[in-house]
Amino acid sequence: MTTRTAMSKVASVRGRLPKRLTARRLLITISVLLTLLLIVGVFSLAIGSERIELGTVADVIAARLTGRISSASPEHAMIVASIRLPRVLMAITVGAALAVAGAAYQALLRNPLADPGILGVSSGAALGAITATIFTDALPVSRPVAAFVGAAATIAIVYILGQHRQGGGAERLILAGVIINALLSSIVIFLVTTAGARQRSVLSWLIGDMSGETRLLPVVALFVLTGIAAIYLNARGLNLMMTGEEDALVLGVETQRVKLIVYLAASLLTGAAVAVSGAIGFVGLIIPHAVRLAGGSDNRLVIPASAVAGATFLMLADTLARTVIAPRELNIGVVTALVGAPVFIYLLRRTS
Amino acid sequence: MLEVKDVHFRYSKPVLTGASVEVARGQLLAVLGPNGSGKSTLIKIIVGILTPERGSVFIEGRSRASMTRRQSAQLIGYVAQESAIRFPLTVMEFVLQGRFAQNRLIGFESQRDVREAERAMELTETTELAARPVTELSGGERQRVMLARALAVRPEILVLDEPVANLDIAHQVKMFEVVKRLTVDEGTIGIVVTHELNLAAEFATSVLLMKAGEIEAGGSPREVMTESLLRTVFDTDLMVDVNPASGAPRITLIAPRASQMLRSV
Repeated sequence: MTTRTAMSKVASVRGRLPKRLTARRLLITISVLLTLLLIVGVFSLAIGSERIELGTVADVIAARLTGRISSASPEHAMIVASIRLPRVLMAITVGAALAVAGAAYQALLRNPLADPGILGVSSGAALGAITATIFTDALPVSRPVAAFVGAAATIAIVYILGQHRQGGGAERLILAGVIINALLSSIVIFLVTTAGARQRSVLSWLIGDMSGETRLLPVVALFVLTGIAAIYLNARGLNLMMTGEEDALVLGVETQRVKLIVYLAASLLTGAAVAVSGAIGFVGLIIPHAVRLAGGSDNRLVIPASAVAGATFLMLADTLARTVIAPRELNIGVVTALVGAPVFIYLLRRTS
Repeated sequence: MLEVKDVHFRYSKPVLTGASVEVARGQLLAVLGPNGSGKSTLIKIIVGILTPERGSVFIEGRSRASMTRRQSAQLIGYVAQESAIRFPLTVMEFVLQGRFAQNRLIGFESQRDVREAERAMELTETTELAARPVTELSGGERQRVMLARALAVRPEILVLDEPVANLDIAHQVKMFEVVKRLTVDEGTIGIVVTHELNLAAEFATSVLLMKAGEIEAGGSPREVMTESLLRTVFDTDLMVDVNPASGAPRITLIAPRASQMLRSV
């Protein structure tokens, strides 16, 4: 398919959109997405090896929020509040983080194919997290912090390798990411293999897993909120940088500052997500793309909408992962890759 | 008034060695010269993408080094050489980017911003395109949209880097007409880098000839666009006579074989 016909296909979808983003349209879009998140959330809490009535779920949650004792059976209350709820919250946090990180990398690198997984940033974060796990397991904070450092270092290397005198093509950058990803993955596998006894659980975490590490949830949620806020505050600058860095500079954007803040924030998001759930791929690719297709490319919408849509998507993917072959569980990374890889191929064909 | 004073710049080797130029309001300056002569570097210094190693740029008597990004962004409208945009922003969203420096960092564009964008689109005849994604435009449409974004700034200085490079001849003339109207007629300072010698001769009020990082000559098209100067600067054979329609210099390129034939006559 030629670029132009594909583009005009996109255009025909976009044709129904208004000329520009307004506060009102942003509010409506986010409200709709939040409602969807809520509905999917309630269903995720109800579905599983033990099916629980929606009313019971609502009652347990309401009881939790108001501090009264739920009228549900203690088993059901326990399953909803202590097993499924932390997991759902984790999926929300990680999904939001990965989707926003993807949107941020795409805008900064002016490349719709960018994604923490494809760029190797997730592997960098995984390497950081594993190193921290092996050497300093005592501190719960050390893992997300080390993952952040790993992510930030990786994007710096990939960015430099992907540069070109003419500004760096889309393919060159992706190629740099693929190579660094392969290298880092090998190091990770090496470390895991030599780590011994806990091999199996570490491997499972690597592919993507929502079941463990709920004790890290508060720290990770803090990281994620900070990262998303930092990126959102730079959304207007990012809009301009998407169309060219020099142009943005002349139009008044402090491009160096925006770049530094957004790279660090996106690395923080990736690090936080990987530290608790491993390297879940493709969320950062699919979600921002879908958001742009449906709502336009203005980052004042793309960033928050990706956060909510990413959270919903990952919650859905996790529900699938733990129900499709129940009582056994699929790794969530398998689910996202099965959806994401075809989308990536489609995007690659369209942009090159 | 825009003043460039003794500007030097180097990448690995010197690109500009002591360039000085002044452009007054209502003037349209055409910067001409072969590839690698330092034209783009000069205007990138003027718009603030590059910082000169030595020398300085003054806008209305104020040193541009003393201005913040936002301050200089409110004075300068810049149309770069065409760049690939991979995100389907609408034309309206793209043109509104010109209002960035007038806005707070968070929030949305005001009615005034929208009015300025609409005015810029009227001037460039892109109003019809407002809801179209920029990724879908033709070369000519995209150039006009980029000009519209620069005009939405309401600039004191309009700087264009090869604005007609991808346009057919009718659009080339139209683009220069628009630029001339905005600068000469409305009292804006205009600077345009171009390889189109005849369009420059026709539309520019002054011309700068550059070669190897230095300014060879500056003045009105008639003073500067002479056979000997153009031959030296471009290192190729050409003829200059008078355009019978406008009285401006008319440049005719002569291929090596034709040049031999001329000499033998």
